[in-house]
Amino acid sequence: MTATDHADPYLEDIIKAFTIAAVFWGLVGFLVGVYIAFQLAFPLLNLDLPWTTFGRLRPLHTSAVIFAFGGNVLIGTSFYVVQRTCRASLFGGESLARFVFWGYQLFIVMAALGYVLGVTQSREYAEPEWFVDIWLTIVWVAYLAVFAGTILKRREPHIYVANWFYLAFIITIALLHIGNNLAVPVSVFGAKSYSAYSGVQDAMTQWWYGHNAVGFFLTAGFLAIMYYFVPKRAARPVYSYRLSIVHFWALIFLYIWAGPHHLHYTALPDWAQTLGMVFSVMLWMPSWGGMINGIMTLSGAWEKLRTDPVLRFLVTSVAFYGMSTFEGPLMSIKAVNSLSHYTDWTIGHVHSGALGWVAFISFGALYHLVPVLWKRAGLYSMRLVSFHFWIATIGIVLYITSMWISGIMQGLMWRAYDEWGFLQYSFIETVEAMHPYYVGRAVGGVLFLIGAVIMAYNMIRTIRGDVRVERSFEAAPRAVAVG
Amino acid sequence: MGILKQHGKLERNLLFLVLGIFVTVSIGGIVEVLPLFTIESTIEKVQGVRPYSPLELVGRNIYVREGCYLCHSQMIRPFRDESERYGHYSLAAESLYDRPFQWGSKRTGPDLARVGGKYSNEWHVRHLIDPRAVVPESVMPGYPHLVTTPVKGDDIAEHLNTLKFLGDPYSDEMIAAAKSDLSDQATPDADVEGLLKRYPKAVVGDFDGRPDRLTEMDAVIAYLQVLGRMVDFTAFDPATADR
Repeated sequence: MTATDHADPYLEDIIKAFTIAAVFWGLVGFLVGVYIAFQLAFPLLNLDLPWTTFGRLRPLHTSAVIFAFGGNVLIGTSFYVVQRTCRASLFGGESLARFVFWGYQLFIVMAALGYVLGVTQSREYAEPEWFVDIWLTIVWVAYLAVFAGTILKRREPHIYVANWFYLAFIITIALLHIGNNLAVPVSVFGAKSYSAYSGVQDAMTQWWYGHNAVGFFLTAGFLAIMYYFVPKRAARPVYSYRLSIVHFWALIFLYIWAGPHHLHYTALPDWAQTLGMVFSVMLWMPSWGGMINGIMTLSGAWEKLRTDPVLRFLVTSVAFYGMSTFEGPLMSIKAVNSLSHYTDWTIGHVHSGALGWVAFISFGALYHLVPVLWKRAGLYSMRLVSFHFWIATIGIVLYITSMWISGIMQGLMWRAYDEWGFLQYSFIETVEAMHPYYVGRAVGGVLFLIGAVIMAYNMIRTIRGDVRVERSFEAAPRAVAVG
Repeated sequence: MGILKQHGKLERNLLFLVLGIFVTVSIGGIVEVLPLFTIESTIEKVQGVRPYSPLELVGRNIYVREGCYLCHSQMIRPFRDESERYGHYSLAAESLYDRPFQWGSKRTGPDLARVGGKYSNEWHVRHLIDPRAVVPESVMPGYPHLVTTPVKGDDIAEHLNTLKFLGDPYSDEMIAAAKSDLSDQATPDADVEGLLKRYPKAVVGDFDGRPDRLTEMDAVIAYLQVLGRMVDFTAFDPATADR
């Protein structure tokens, strides 16, 4: 992609703003996550104040990492990618883009304040109340206008594959957001509302939303990042154009059906549960198709993994994506789900996707973007990127394995019978048994957080224009005669 | 592959691409979600499920506000160990008036779908103020402020009206009596004959040990004590009522 002409320059200040916001909210979200992880191990940390209990901070953590960190990464990278792949500046200019940025930050702050003060709809990942939902809808329409408008004024005949994924993400999230948040407020001057649906229909609507927040926010959007930044960083074309097409349509068609696997063995009718299970298992195929397309893009450039830790983040994220999208269909099988549901196994699964896939591909994209946006020759330190990579990877592994053990153990303890045919464990005995794994999980989170702090430091130094004197990752230099 | 060649048209036309995405992502939702609103067998026919009393509703809203659903499910699955631990598996009818549903997705603490009647009011008060005072290994936060926060409930009739607008069977009589029902349910020696007729099986009396005050603790316990108690299981036959 060549540079744009001088009459219509790319808008990059706004992308800088999204980049800074993403790093800031990422640190906040990871920190809250670490704190609530310690709360489960040491309940005194709840402080027994209304604003600091697990029940109020947990939505703060999930929303901060998904919508504040992930959302800023998605909107920021989409504005970057759409301009370059369309060879056009953002539709609506600086002012509309700025409205999207500040409008979105206002949404985040309103949502976060609401959680701490107890203003919540209690719909997982859709907790904000009706007035915040309406505001987000307005911002989202503006976002769609900027993105689609830029595609309309493109100077390339084709719409690039990354933009298909961004479009699917924007459109589907709008559909899900409106469909799931239909509610009637008690008063226009009050925060409280009641859901338009109740009971079983409400549950199905919520998990139609909830699963596809994963499918379209945390998957389709970040696959768009994969389809732009992996080829860019590896300087190789996407492995297979044909696989991209099949991957895209199969993924977005199948994902929507998978919601009921969150409701196995509940009062949801069996036909819906079975449909959810079957489609979840089928979803394995396009997911791995996408993984193969991402990883095989490195064909002929594998040696770059050794010398470029940024590319290592990007490629490892795709590997984690492959792992999570294998584990997901496995857990959606009813027999497996009967053990895993309600346990920490689910939490571990979510985090292998959220930390390994979403956060890692975001880190890769952000590390790539910062020197480009601030016009620096390179990052302050590649060694620190590599250090971040390893400490974060060890953190993730510690996190996931702790949750596998605690989840499967608790699931087995709940259903264990003694030799006289009585339940072997009381519930509280299973809680007690979780303690060491909750500590292990929290330590894993701390490692991941330290990695993110290192990233922030590296980026600040890069923006300031500093370059660290360090040994490069190039092949070992030959011995040179001294003297 | 002819179809893949045709894909070029979608890649060149934003409108086609947007419409293609919209149709593709709509199908699953239309097939899975919409029929739940029309198929009659989705919710069993049972006796006893009623809308929440004003005090139970206030308590339920506190349960929502504090994020209890993040650690406690209200959905007992049809397994032997779950029915022995928690009671009869949950029916769709039992969350008929739950807006939103509180089935939950994680059991850091035990399921609460049938917690009603299992513990005394006094136990709940002590447990909610300081969980480790009664269950030393518990990791639950304490909620001491519930017992010091009064329930005002000036707008309780508006809450019932909103739910009625959404289709819940609150009668005009229930809405007219909402304010007095709210305080009467937690007031010892109040005349609760009308209230119990409007809301059968509601647990009445002082909940929080402070008979002179209506607190959030009263409301939460009134809600917890009715959970899972509404359905008359002596009149429930899965073969005829079931899907």
